[in-house]
Formats: sequence, structure tokens, C-alpha cells
Amino acid sequence: MSFLGFPRQNGAVGTRNYIGVISTVSCANDVAWWIWQKVKGSAPFLHGQGCCQTKPDIDIATRTLTSLGWHPNLAGVLVVSLGCESLSADNIAQGIAKSGKPVEKVVIQKIGGATAAVAEGSRLAKAMAAEAAKLKRQEFPDSELVLGVKCGASDTTSGLSANPTAGAACDILIDNGGTCVFGETTEFIGAEHILARRAATPRVAEKIRDIVARMEKRATDMGFDMRGGQPTAGNIAGGLSTIEEKSLGAIVKGGTRPIKEVYEYGERPQGQGLFIIDTPGREPEFLTGLAAAGAQVIVFTTGIGAPQGFPFIPVLKITGNPNTYQHLPEHIDLFVELADKAGSGIAQAGERLYQEILAAASGKPTKAEKINYGNFPNIFTIGPVM
Amino acid sequence: MIQKAVILSPRDNVATALADLKAGETLKLKAGDQTLDIKLNAAVPFGHKFSLADIKLGSPVIKYGEVIGTATAEIKPGSYVHVHNLASARGRGDLTGGKK
Repeated sequence: MSFLGFPRQNGAVGTRNYIGVISTVSCANDVAWWIWQKVKGSAPFLHGQGCCQTKPDIDIATRTLTSLGWHPNLAGVLVVSLGCESLSADNIAQGIAKSGKPVEKVVIQKIGGATAAVAEGSRLAKAMAAEAAKLKRQEFPDSELVLGVKCGASDTTSGLSANPTAGAACDILIDNGGTCVFGETTEFIGAEHILARRAATPRVAEKIRDIVARMEKRATDMGFDMRGGQPTAGNIAGGLSTIEEKSLGAIVKGGTRPIKEVYEYGERPQGQGLFIIDTPGREPEFLTGLAAAGAQVIVFTTGIGAPQGFPFIPVLKITGNPNTYQHLPEHIDLFVELADKAGSGIAQAGERLYQEILAAASGKPTKAEKINYGNFPNIFTIGPVM
Repeated sequence: MIQKAVILSPRDNVATALADLKAGETLKLKAGDQTLDIKLNAAVPFGHKFSLADIKLGSPVIKYGEVIGTATAEIKPGSYVHVHNLASARGRGDLTGGKK
């Protein structure tokens, strides 16, 4: 099967064709936002990190922003820096430039303030957008796709229909030579033994158990019951009683194929197949993790009804909850019937979802894109803000 | 006809409601090759769980054929099972006392 995408200099294929306006630090967000509003064909990436953190978090932010710049949906990148932040905007711009795409940089403190930065940044971004607009979509095999999978605002229906359907679509893509990325390590807790059995090698199985233990320890170190934070109050109202129950329903969204590798947050998986990235379950951080991993389409399953998309990636919302589908048509792209455990309905639903994935990859706007929802992602942190 | 509840694995001691269920309702459920009659002793909302067997205090609650937590009360068959009688065994910093 195939889709229509944008070819990039390094051989990657985009499903969208934006100029990324990437803020390096929370203090530069406003300028990046204003530039985005002035430049047709641009997409912003704003976040709350980049300064006054310990080295591990500065490294995560640097790696993540660089990987985001590499994303094939971006034809070019404008890096927007304040100037005095902890991370190095130069390193990020140079790292992104290695992808072969045009990269420009504007530094607010150097250029003479926000107004001057917006004027210069807009000029640079408009020039790149004019070049990008000349590109036309071409046919590519679906093996060029990296599909990200996420569940959010889950209820019991997520584990019964939407997540198995996403899993069935993942299996189709991997069997066709493509790539799927999933994560949400918090939602492996209680189900890690099942994922470890699917690891391609004993080393990968060990790594799956390690990232779960590490994530659980971060929570238990705080000295409280995790419940209420994970599962959330909404998950509990939706019938999910424990993190184990949520996890067992969540992991099926990655399908059934062997797990080839586990990556750190912000890393870009190499090769094709099924991969895990170590991430929390919360949307703003996790969607960024999928974007950094290079996902050109994201399938986002929901029970209660989550609205978020991502600034430069089509995010397809699917639900198995009939009430949510009727109540939130503005946000839900696809409804999948509650299937019984015989599961014949799941394979068909997976094929239906796969066609939607190819359509979204070829340019069909998702519900989140139509209303432009999802401009407030974030970057995962593990240490203190100082 | 759509089933009113589903048992996801023959090993399970809870079922999931696929509709809002009333107290006193009797359900015929498929569990593997067998059929199980369960009379509910409480209302169970859509998406929530009820017990299929006696679950002793401190014993595992099983869904998807896997342990989803521990019973914090004696649970009779046909009872609503949720956070009032089912606790997580994981992420329990309250039990381990947090970072020393």
C-alpha cells in the first residue's frame, strides 16, 4: 500500500510540509508564537523547559528539540532563542542542520528585543516557507511510515476496542515493512511481563523491565499512592480501578509483533519494526516523545474523549465508547464498536483504521487539525526546576 | 443482541459491564466454553466491573487473565468491584514510605 508524501533531503518522507518555529526555552515562547501567527505554512513548538534545570534535563531538552527539528514533516526550521538559557541554541541548530534541511536562528537578546526578533524571524521563516511551498506530494510505499500510538483519557472501552484496533493497525504496518512507536511507561506497570515476553532479545526484555522499575520508583519515592495521578480520576470514573488494569488494556495498542528496541525520551529509533520509547503517559510530554521519534502520523485512542493533536503531525482520534463518539463529534475521527473477545471485529476495525492512517498521511486533515487543537505540548523532565 | 457484560478470559473472577446494569438483574455470561449465571447484588455502571465468584480479602482480582490488584474486602459473587474493594499493588509509595 502507499501514501502521498513530501520527500526530504535525507530520504525521509513527510506527511505535512511545515516550517517549524522551535522555541529553545519557555522565555522565547511568545516570540515563536507571534512568528507562527505571521507566517503561513509554519508550525510552532513551544514548551516549558530549557533553563534552570540539572544536566540530565538539559540533555533531554536538547536531544528532544534536535530530534523535533529532524522531523520529516518540517521542510525547514527556525530556532527561536532568548540568549541566556541553559541549553545551547547553537548546538540545537547545528544538530538539526545535519538532517540536510535549511535551519535559521534568531536570538531575542542579541537582535534587540522581541519586536525585532519577530520581524527578523518572520522574514527568515517566510523565505523558507516560500521554498517549501514549491514541493509536491509524491507516492511512497507505506513502509516509509512511522506510526506513533497513544491512549489518553482512557476508560474501560479503551482496552476492549480502541486499543486492540490500534494494535491491529500497527501489525498491518509492521508486516508491510513500516515502523510503529509506542510508550507511556507508567502504563506498562503491572503488564511489563507481557511486553518483556515479546522483546526481540533478552537484552530488550531486561530494558523493558528496567524502564518500568525506574518510572515506578520515581512515583513511589514521593511517598504516596500513585492512584488518582495514574490511573487518573477520569480513568477511575470510567471504570478503571488500578494501574495494573489500565496497563493491561493500554499495552495492546502496540499490537502483537516483536519489540525490537527500547529508546530514551527524545531519541530517534533506527531501522524498521516495533519500538518503545521511555515516556510518561501524560499527553503534552508523550506526544512530543512520539514526534521526536519521527512519527509522521499518530493514532490516539480515547475513552472519555481527549481533544489534543500536535502542531505539525496529524493525530487521529479513535474511540470505542459510543457515548463519547456521540457527545464529542468535534474531536473524534473514528468510532470502533465494542468487540467481544472473539475479536473478529477487531481485525476489520484495524483495516478500517489503517485506511484512515494512509488518508491522513496523504493530507486528509484530522479533527484536531481542523480546529487547530494541540499547540501546548511539553518536554519530559526527571529532576527539579531550580 | 449485544452482550450486557463480557468476561475477557476464562481465568477471570470479574466481568465488565457493557451497559448500565441494575441491582437484582441476572446475567447469562460466556466464560470460555461455559455459561455462567450471575445475579447482581448492586448496580454496575457501563464499563465497570462485578465479581463472578467469592473473592477473599487479600486475594487477587483477575481480568484479562492477569492480576489487576488485591481485594481489600470479602467480595461475594455479583458484587460491584471498584476502588472501594480493590487496591493496586503497584506504585504504592504510601506503603513503602517513599525515598529514604
